[in-house]
Amino acid sequence: MSIVVEELSYTYMQNTSSAFNALRNVSFTVNDGEFVGIIGHTGSGKSTLIQQLNGLMHPTSGRVIVDGYDMNDKKQRVKGRALIGMVFQYPDYQLFDSTVLSDVSFGPRNLSLSEEEITARSREALHLVGLDPDEIGEKSPFELSGGQKRRAALAGIIAMKPKYLVLDEPMAGLDPGGRRDILALIDSLRSELGCAVIMVSHSMDDIAKSAERIIVLNNGEVKQIGTPDEVFAHAEALSEIGLDVPKPMMLAALMRERGVDVPESIYTEESFISWFEEAVRNV
Amino acid sequence: MFNDITLGQYLPGDSVVHRLDPRTKLALMVAYIVAIFLVKDMASFVLVAIFLVSVTLAAKIPIRYLVKALKPMRIILPFMFFFNLLLVRKGELLFSWWIIKIYDEGLYNAFFVVLRLAFLVVGTSLLTLTTTPIALTDGLEKILSPLKIVKFPAHELAMMMTIALRFIPTLVEEADKIKKAQLARGADFESGNVFKRAKAMLPILIPLIVNSFRHANELAMAMESRCYHGGEGRTKMRVLRFHISDLVAALVTAALIAAVVLVQKYLLVLFL
Repeated sequence: MSIVVEELSYTYMQNTSSAFNALRNVSFTVNDGEFVGIIGHTGSGKSTLIQQLNGLMHPTSGRVIVDGYDMNDKKQRVKGRALIGMVFQYPDYQLFDSTVLSDVSFGPRNLSLSEEEITARSREALHLVGLDPDEIGEKSPFELSGGQKRRAALAGIIAMKPKYLVLDEPMAGLDPGGRRDILALIDSLRSELGCAVIMVSHSMDDIAKSAERIIVLNNGEVKQIGTPDEVFAHAEALSEIGLDVPKPMMLAALMRERGVDVPESIYTEESFISWFEEAVRNV
Repeated sequence: MFNDITLGQYLPGDSVVHRLDPRTKLALMVAYIVAIFLVKDMASFVLVAIFLVSVTLAAKIPIRYLVKALKPMRIILPFMFFFNLLLVRKGELLFSWWIIKIYDEGLYNAFFVVLRLAFLVVGTSLLTLTTTPIALTDGLEKILSPLKIVKFPAHELAMMMTIALRFIPTLVEEADKIKKAQLARGADFESGNVFKRAKAMLPILIPLIVNSFRHANELAMAMESRCYHGGEGRTKMRVLRFHISDLVAALVTAALIAAVVLVQKYLLVLFL
């Protein structure tokens, strides 16, 4: 099963003088368990696109099919939406209940599960995101630190056991340490839950670390789609639309200019460091 | 759900009426309201109607905007009409059937109450259609500033109104985002009875209120860090000045009131 996006277009303020095409003929597929990164500049249509995935916005033309459920159909949309867990950029838009645990239970409760199942899932979700259900679970969500809030919001989504986890700029506004933590958390959640991850970001470095496939959006159109190797092979095409290749790749390119033979396939810190250690050992 | 909130229904334009000083417009609005309540007969109502139509034409406001302004009154106006028609029992009996008795004074009252309310709403919406909310608060501040002598916080009041207006679009946008975040968690805002639906709004309202407190806090800090300390000694970027057109507008409105008073007096004399 998979998410299939077919010829999706979306126009804001349709039929007015300020009509704006946010998405144009976007097509792609997300397979089970896959990690897909969506990258693009501010205004490239990233946020509009992912809101179409779970039917929060409806396409002007084209369609989204989630595991066979057509999201344009009102009845099927409810079933499709239950498969997609959507984490928004700011946890402040989501947290509302008196305790963290009851806030996390909001999603599972809407799935009309049994009370034991709700509590079990919520505690498990808190555990998975690294928050102690007994200590943090009883606190008010408004007492938490920024990083904890983000984790609590994430727990609220994964407690619903989605098949596809959609994250809108999950690292926005975090310091480098926080970014690394959240990214590692997303990776571990993916292997733990076996869900597919669709992550939106404007930072190539974050995307490069985990994504198996990358979709590059520009002005509402898919510019490139492919594995990181394929996408990063067109560095000029990326810089044309104002996106940088990951920093280790820039460094490798600079070294190549100066005559050091760095392999083309290096684009993450880890691969760069292991290549470097290897090279130093051989000298 | 939140898309149809329009506040400060200002319609940008460059007419004589748009360019009038907001203070003039506010004062003339009060005069206009007084005129409406002075009116007691058809002839002077025609005068007020002519005035209203000429202001609308001068402001180049399409009629449909005025009709739109009356839309929220579509329940209260018929209600007022029948209330007066059926319950005022004075004067000559015109019609009687079962418990329904209609008197000529009831008919007269019903008619005038509805006209008065409609004129009131249309007239005041002309003010908000031709004046930006910011200009209105500016004008209000100026008008109220003599009251500072008795410690009335005119500047603070105007600043509060300005900030409130400024944050309406922000809050609408936020409410939309919060709604989406909760929808994604399976929230249901559309089914169930009134109580269930009201309860379903909590997951939107609480983050919205918490966030607006945060905004207020941040704004207060941003203002203080730029040395804001209230109205004392504060100058304006756009200084309000009266022009000849303000004088003309004042004279026209004064003429309207005078005409209404005269018509009432002489027509009454004629009737007697």
